[in-house]
Amino acid sequence: MRRLILRDLALAVRAGGGFGLGLSFFLIVVVLVPFALGPDTSVLSGIAPGVLWLGALLSCLLSLDRIFALDYEDGTLDLLACAPIPLEGVVIAKACAHWLTTGLPLTLAAPVLGVLLNLPVPGFWWLVVSLALGTPALSMIGAFGAALTVGIRRGGLLLSLLVLPLYVPTLIFGAEVARRGAERLDLGVPLALLAGVTGAVVALLPFASAGALRINLR
Amino acid sequence: MSLWEYANPTRFMATTRRIVPVVAVLSALCLAVGLVWGFFFTPDDYRQGSTVKIIYIHVPSAMMAINAWAMMLVASLIWLVRRHHVSALAARAAAPVGAVMTLIALITGAIWGQPMWGTWWAWDPRLTSFLILFLFYLGYVALWSAIEDPDIAADLTSVLCIVGSVFAMLSRYAVNFWNQGLHQGASLSMDREEHVADVFYYPLLLAIAGFVLLFVTLVLVRTRTEIRARRLHALQMRARMA
Repeated sequence: MRRLILRDLALAVRAGGGFGLGLSFFLIVVVLVPFALGPDTSVLSGIAPGVLWLGALLSCLLSLDRIFALDYEDGTLDLLACAPIPLEGVVIAKACAHWLTTGLPLTLAAPVLGVLLNLPVPGFWWLVVSLALGTPALSMIGAFGAALTVGIRRGGLLLSLLVLPLYVPTLIFGAEVARRGAERLDLGVPLALLAGVTGAVVALLPFASAGALRINLR
Repeated sequence: MSLWEYANPTRFMATTRRIVPVVAVLSALCLAVGLVWGFFFTPDDYRQGSTVKIIYIHVPSAMMAINAWAMMLVASLIWLVRRHHVSALAARAAAPVGAVMTLIALITGAIWGQPMWGTWWAWDPRLTSFLILFLFYLGYVALWSAIEDPDIAADLTSVLCIVGSVFAMLSRYAVNFWNQGLHQGASLSMDREEHVADVFYYPLLLAIAGFVLLFVTLVLVRTRTEIRARRLHALQMRARMA
């Protein structure tokens, strides 16, 4: 499993892996927001947590179809299905690699972009915490969507349509934690709920994803 | 004789051929009586005036929007466990009907909300979760139409339906939480059933029965169409082989 994660990381960092793509997209989205809404700093600091969460979520979406598509096309996935580790483990490893190449950089980049949007000072810490807790769920749900659409040519758009409604709970709780953090409100409940959603998703969705992969490989 | 005998497509076709006209006529009857009674022979509400009468379309369609998804979930489970093709096809047939019911509920809700709340749309928990349900329907239908192999499509959409059900419930509670978090207890949506007086209640029951029967009719007809389409496809394949 560790080998698999390392292999996916190496593939993502190499040329054509699209490692920086999500980050650049995140940056562009955040830069475009003031153009659309005007440079008023009080408006921007109010919406900064939500915009940063939305930007991170959309950037996460960009690289989802890479999780399984390339391995499916060149037959690696068939070999992985026959490998001694269970397919569920493969799914977890793949989602983990996806998180390390997109979720983690996004989490680390978010505070920097928060400066651009005039995020209130107490919000920085909670933004990082909420993204660190929420992005694993985004990767795992994305892996499920990718497993469903792996057999479809040009399934990228369909993948977005399937995955975005599934992102609703994570987005609600995550953005709520970041918003309450920025406004110095009590955030214990949404934080616990966010962690709960992520925990449940990471625990249960590998089985559904592996099931979908088995159907696609049949 | 067991219920599963109807899983045989031939058996299903033979039985539904007799059932469909009956259900269709009953549905038309219930809808006609319920709606005419509701629209013309009930008094106006003392606070809402005549706008309250849209309840006879709004509430039944909203109920069917949720029940259609529940029916798809059951059909998907039956398909995954017992591999009856009719079950998968019924789930496929129900999806667009459910999506349209959701849309009807949303639109009639907007039409009702305009004079009552002064706005076409509010980010109220109920409204929002219905919008999310509509998105789930769209994804489900899109996945069905994207995959060519019918068995793989049935399998994958069943998995999506099960996972989607869990997430739909989750979203429902998340949305509840989110709205309370934004503006304290903006109780735009009232629990209507408990407040409805008897004069409104009986035509409403009839209208609901009519919508249920309408749903059953549409799903049966659509399933029959799917079975015929499948059979046609098989015949074409055989002709090409020969």
